[in-house]
Formats: sequence, structure tokens, C-alpha cells
Amino acid sequence: MSATPVVDRQPDGGQTAARLATHGSAAVRFTASLALTLFGLVLVTFLIARVVPIDPVLVMVGDRASPETYEKARQALGLDRPLYEQFFLYLSKVVVGDLGQSIMTGDDVLSDTLRVFPATLELAVIGTLLGSCLGIPLGVLAAVRRGRIADHVVRILSLVGYSLPVFWLGLVLLLVFYAKLEWVAGPGRIDIAYQYTVPEVTGFVLLDALLAGDWGAFTNAISHLILPASILGYFSMAYIARMTRSLMIEQLSQEYVLAARAKGVPASAVVWRHAFANVRVPVLTVVTLTFAYLLEGAVLTETVFAWPGLGLYITQALFSADLNAVLGGTLIIGICFVLINRGADLLYRVFDPRTR
Amino acid sequence: MKRSLMRLCLSVMMMMCLAGIVARAETPEDTLIMAHAIDDVTSFDPAEVFEFVGGEISNNVYLRLVVRDENDFTKIAGGAAESWEVSDDGLTFTFKMRPDLVFASGNPVTAEDAAFSLQRVVKLAKSPAFILTQFGWSAENVDEHVRAVDEQTLQLQIEKPFAPTLVLNALSAGVGAVVEKAEVMSHEKDGDLGHGWLRSNSAGAGAFVIRDWRPNEVIVLEANDKYYLGKPTLNRIIVRHVPESTTERLMLEQGDVDIARQLGSAQLEAISSSSDLKIDIAEKSTILYLGLNQGMKELADPKVREAIRWLVDYDTIAEKLLKRQYRTHQAVLARGNFAASTDTPYGFDPEKAKSLLAEAGYPEGFKLELDVFAASPFQEIAEAIQSNFAQAGIQVSIVASDRRQTLTKYRARNHQAVLMVWSPDYGDPHSTIDFFVTNPDNSDASTTKTAAWRNKWFDPELKKIADAAILERDTAKREEMYAEIQRGLQTNSPIVVLFQQTEPTAMRKNVENWVSGPAFDTYVFRGITK
Repeated sequence: MSATPVVDRQPDGGQTAARLATHGSAAVRFTASLALTLFGLVLVTFLIARVVPIDPVLVMVGDRASPETYEKARQALGLDRPLYEQFFLYLSKVVVGDLGQSIMTGDDVLSDTLRVFPATLELAVIGTLLGSCLGIPLGVLAAVRRGRIADHVVRILSLVGYSLPVFWLGLVLLLVFYAKLEWVAGPGRIDIAYQYTVPEVTGFVLLDALLAGDWGAFTNAISHLILPASILGYFSMAYIARMTRSLMIEQLSQEYVLAARAKGVPASAVVWRHAFANVRVPVLTVVTLTFAYLLEGAVLTETVFAWPGLGLYITQALFSADLNAVLGGTLIIGICFVLINRGADLLYRVFDPRTR
Repeated sequence: MKRSLMRLCLSVMMMMCLAGIVARAETPEDTLIMAHAIDDVTSFDPAEVFEFVGGEISNNVYLRLVVRDENDFTKIAGGAAESWEVSDDGLTFTFKMRPDLVFASGNPVTAEDAAFSLQRVVKLAKSPAFILTQFGWSAENVDEHVRAVDEQTLQLQIEKPFAPTLVLNALSAGVGAVVEKAEVMSHEKDGDLGHGWLRSNSAGAGAFVIRDWRPNEVIVLEANDKYYLGKPTLNRIIVRHVPESTTERLMLEQGDVDIARQLGSAQLEAISSSSDLKIDIAEKSTILYLGLNQGMKELADPKVREAIRWLVDYDTIAEKLLKRQYRTHQAVLARGNFAASTDTPYGFDPEKAKSLLAEAGYPEGFKLELDVFAASPFQEIAEAIQSNFAQAGIQVSIVASDRRQTLTKYRARNHQAVLMVWSPDYGDPHSTIDFFVTNPDNSDASTTKTAAWRNKWFDPELKKIADAAILERDTAKREEMYAEIQRGLQTNSPIVVLFQQTEPTAMRKNVENWVSGPAFDTYVFRGITK
């Protein structure tokens, strides 16, 4: 009796050790790939920022500064050193979490990006949710009704969503829903009346309003959010629906679908339980990519809606030749990309047993 | 699936309705909300502020030693100093501080605060420091030359007997702002004279205090109830960052903002007939000019430069493209400033230009690159110039770039022709004349990057007059000297002044007493009502 548990425990222990070793090496691989990706990102962004024909000292001290002030600022930015030295100096600071100071705001870049990031994240999350909730069913519907009116409608919607300039659409929607119909609040994240009554805890206006128990502020924030989020949602929807449609069309033409139909499986079960189950992983990839894109690609929406997010921050930093802010913002986006992809990898295991 | 789709659509519609039925909060009665592009704000420290929005906020948060008279901006009036005297040799300025003046904190404003404020500008050596260092002050000697004789008396020693108007005008710039020494120094870190703290806070005796600043988002000013001329009419001024001008227009029309600062010509035209809105037009000191690089052999010929002056259809461009934004002006000193010339000797005359070009040996014209900011209205002006110049055979190719990129190229003298903006740093003509006339070293290695140097040009005669003008204490003589310099620049220099800015500000009809003033830092908010 006493030997059995020992024998039983041995393989268990072996499996655990093997599992731990696998997890361990996965973690090492992940960390190494993260580090390599970020190193490449910093290097490329650094070089691009350096070849832009804008003098960063000029941005910092202005056109009328005395030669002494100019030289002092140039040295403070480290521009008097060789390029490789500037790069490694920057890198050594980044490693310890110092992203440097922004010329544009005068604050350190890390606190700047942490300040503006919630605004973008809030918009991107709602946009992706709207885009997925509409895009996936519409894509499936279009595939099922391929060649019929529903398919044409979805395809036109997707095409329009894909081709319309976001800038133009934003202004038109503002004109209609804000200026003419007055259904929604205007640009910005929340009305000035609420801006200083809701304590900033998380940086997410919706969450902060809820935490403060201020229903008025919460509905006001939704009223501000709905238009930019709908625009992003629409553009995500267009992409997700298009991709879901083509993935589903491929699955619906497979023999197992024909077999299921022949066996008399209900139509909805054939579509959702059989065909859709096989496109969940690629659809997840599409949704993940869309989300990651919205994190840094919402700059035009942020401009039109005066939404103080990360996209706007990086763009204005680019125009200001604010090297630290550009590099820092890009790094944050890069980290998000890697983490989102990693998250998607983990979700694949949930949806696809073969990857476990 | 149909049912789930229906449910989904219903939820989205409910969310829309929920948002739609939310009554939008009214703009508070005691608060002015202004839509503006505030992305140029990097600091509110008066020793550093040198950008447009920072300048206008600074003027409302700090009381300067002396100020530009709000009723006549060409004149200087008392600010933190009530009166002043200049010694006979012109080297010593003695200021009497205004009695009973207090900071927003309630502490008295003393001569020591004023001395400290000027000293820290020189010691910190940020961008606008040159306005004070031109008087011979340096980090090493400024404590000796700027000192508080007693609590109410401030004494300044300058290196040369500069014209008193020059010194006073320089002190009426942002660098003349008086900061509260004790408050600022209580926040000093690593010998920064409180700069890190003052970048985003205020310690002044102006009409407002800075309550909040979120870069690229919002600036909140709150009324200073201890302001020496009385508490401002409104309790709060909120400046919201709205980067897109069409969005600004919609917000103004909806009443979500009281003032919109960035509307273009077409948007202003569109709202001009609205019964709820009005447009204020203020003459500014900013000019638009063409800089012609003398390194290009064609442009170095005086006849070609003169031909170019006859080749711009000034009035048509001003009327058609720049309505409410710019008007024709041909001298470097902008109208409304001391000694400014209002002569406009040049008009559009392609025939005359052609014959001048023929005399210069270019009867068929030549090719010319024109650098310009990739923004409205600069690109439109460049296109108009392109078409004007073509009438005399000059084929202009427009190089439109980001503002800072164009400026970097101009500062490196890599342009052929450039369409550029100039705005004086303080109220005295010397600020402008110095920029267009001074060029001590025309080599590429020079560190003095004035407009004269950037265009590889120098006229020793004009420089001589300019040097004499800064020492001339007779105002009438000084005015004549500047008139002569302006004539010289107008007829024989690579600087072709085209237009002067007029700033249109769109606002709700109930907004009254908007004061813009001629410069980037002369806005006065304290009297605004709504």
C-alpha cells in the first residue's frame, strides 16, 4: 500500500517538472522575444527620428534663443555626442524605466503616456467590442446568405467602412448627431461641469464616474464616448465582418458541413457549432489585430473629437520632433502589441484544443 | 441567429437613446470656455514662456514690472512698479513698487521679489533671456546690476545708455513678470530656482491663478480676488484643446464653448451671418514676408529683388484668400506699433517686373523654389504667388513642409525663397529691426541666426543707423531713424514684406470686452463678461 502512492507520485512529479520546465522555457522565450522586439523597435524609431530634418533643439528653445541657450539645450539633449552613444545612453535609461523628459509637455514621458493611455484604451475597448459584436454576426450572416441581399448589404457596409476617410466620417457624424440632432454630447471625454467633480482614480472616465457613484457624470461620459467609439466600432466592424465572411465561406464549403446538413443537424447548429467553431481562432486573430491597431491608429478620431489619447500624443510629439515622447509612446504601443499577441496565444488554447 | 442579432441591435439603440436623453450640462455662467490649440504650451514659468498660448496665459497670471497700456498698446504704463526714473547718464533705472500690492497668496509684492524675478530669468538662461541679457546682464553680474534698494525700490544698472523706451518695452515683456520669491524658492530643487514647480503652477500677482494644466487637454484659470484692479468679472477661464477647427466651429455654434480661436477663413465666412455669434478682428504685430537667399545668384541681383516686389498681387490675395486674417503691409514694423511705416509703394505690375528682369539678364525668368509651411493659409498664398510670378516667367516650385522642418531649413540657409512669419518679442522696434538688420558674421559658422544672416545679406549702413537708434533718447529722432531703416529694407533688401496679420476671434454674441492687443502675449481676460 505504501509503495503505490510513491509509484503514483513519481510520474506525477515528472509531469509537473516537465510542465514547469515547459512553462519556464516558454516564459524565457516570451521574455527574450519581448526584449528583442522592443530593442528593434527602439533602434528603428530612434534612427527614423534622427533622420527627420527637424532640429529638436529648435523645438525646445524656439527660434529666437541666444546661441548660448541653444548650445546648452543641445548638450542637455545629448545631441553633441555621437549617434551610437546617444542610442546606448537612451537604452540604458529605458532599461531602468526612465523614458526621459518630453520637450512638448516638460513632464517625464512615462507619466505622460500613463496619463493619456486610459483615454485611448477606453475608446479602443468600446470600439473593438462594438466592432466584434456587430462584425462577427454580420460576417457569418453574409457567408450563410452568400450572393443574396443580406450578403450584398454586409459587403457594401464593409466596403464603405473600409474606404471612408475616418476624419470625414467623424466630422459628418458630429454635424448630424451633435450639432443638428443634439443626441450626443460634443468633443472631449466629459463635460467641463463634471471634469472636476469626478475624482480621477483609474483615468478611465466611465470607471471613475461609477466609482464616484455619479450617474450624471457616467451618462455624460457615455454621451461623449458613443460617437468616437461608434466610428472606431464601425471601422473595426467592416474589417472583422469581411474577414469573418471569407473564413466562414471557406468552412461552409467543407465536406463536414455537407455531412452535418445531410444528417439533419439544424441550420443554426451547422453554422455556429460546426463551421464557426473552426474559424474562432483566425477570427480571434483578426479581433486582436483590430484592437492593437485601434490603440495607436485612432489618431484621426482623437483629433476630430479632441480626445486626449496616446495616438494624438505621439502624432503631436512627431510634429514637435519630441524624440523622447515619440520613442516612449512607440515603446508603450510595442509592449501592448506584444502583450496582446501573447494574450491571443493564450486564448487560442481555450478555443483550439490542438494548441494546448 | 436572427434573434441574437435583433437583441444586439436593440442594445446598441438603447445605448444611443441613453446617451441621447442625457441633458448636456450648461456652460456655467461664471466661466468662460475657450476652444484653442494649446499643444504649443510647454511651460508657464515666465522665465521660459515664449510660445503663443503660454504668452497669453502668462499675461493674465502675472503682473509685469511695467505693462503695455491697454488703451494704447504703443505706450508703457505702471504694472508692479507704479513709477520710475532714469538717471541723467541713462544707465540707471529706479522703480518705485506699487504700495499695498499683494500676490494671489496674499503676501506683499516687494522690490526684492521684482529683483529676484529678473535675476532668475538671466540665471536660468531659457529662450527669452536674451531680452534682458542685451542690457549687459549675465548670470555672474545680474545680482549687482539688478537689486532691491529697499522694500519699495528696485534699481537696474544697464551697460549702455539704451533708449528708455527700449528698456521699458523689454521689461513689459513676459520676462518682466514678478514672481513670489518665497513661494518659488520653497519649491526649489537642485538649484533650479523653482523652475520645475513654476512650469505648471503660478506664483504671481496677476488677475488669475493657474488651477490646472493638462498638456494637450485643458488649462484652467481661476480669478484672483486680491488683484489690485479688482477681482475679474468671471470666476474661471477654461481653455480646451480642440485641434480640429471644424470641431471648434461646431462647439461654438452649439454653445459648448464661448470663444473659438482657430477658425479659418471659410469657417469664419460661414458663421459671419449667424445671429448667435460675432467675430472680433484685432490688428497684430505679426507680418508675413518672403526671404530671398542671396546665395542664389539670380536673387542677389537688386533688379530681380525689385521685380519680385512688383510681382505679388497683394490686394487680391488679401481680399480673396486672407479675408479677416491678413491685410497688405510692406514694412517690417507692423502697423499700430511705434515708428511703423504704413507706406505700400508696391503693387502688382507684371510688365514692370518683366522689364526689370530683362534688365537683370533674365528676360525668360528663372526657376525658383519656395519653402512654405504645409498649413493654411500659407500654402494658398504660395500658390497665388506661384501664379503671379509665372506672369513674368519665374517658375516657382512650392516646397511645403512641417512648420519646424521649414524653420530648420531656413535657419541652415538651405532655402532659395521662403514664405515666413515674424512676430516681435517685445514692444520696441529694436526687437524687429535687430532681427532683420544684424549680421555680424555672414559665414556659415555664425551662431547669430538673424533673418539677415539666414538670407546671406548685410547692409552696414542700415546697421549703423540701427545701432544709433537704440541709444537715441529723443523719441522723434528715433522714429525718423526707424523710418529710414524701414525704407532701406523695403527697397533694397532680400526681405519682401507682404502682409500683416489681423486676428479674427469668433465668439458667442453675449461675450463682451475681449482684448487681444497687438502681440502674442497682450491678451487681457480680466474684463471679459458673458
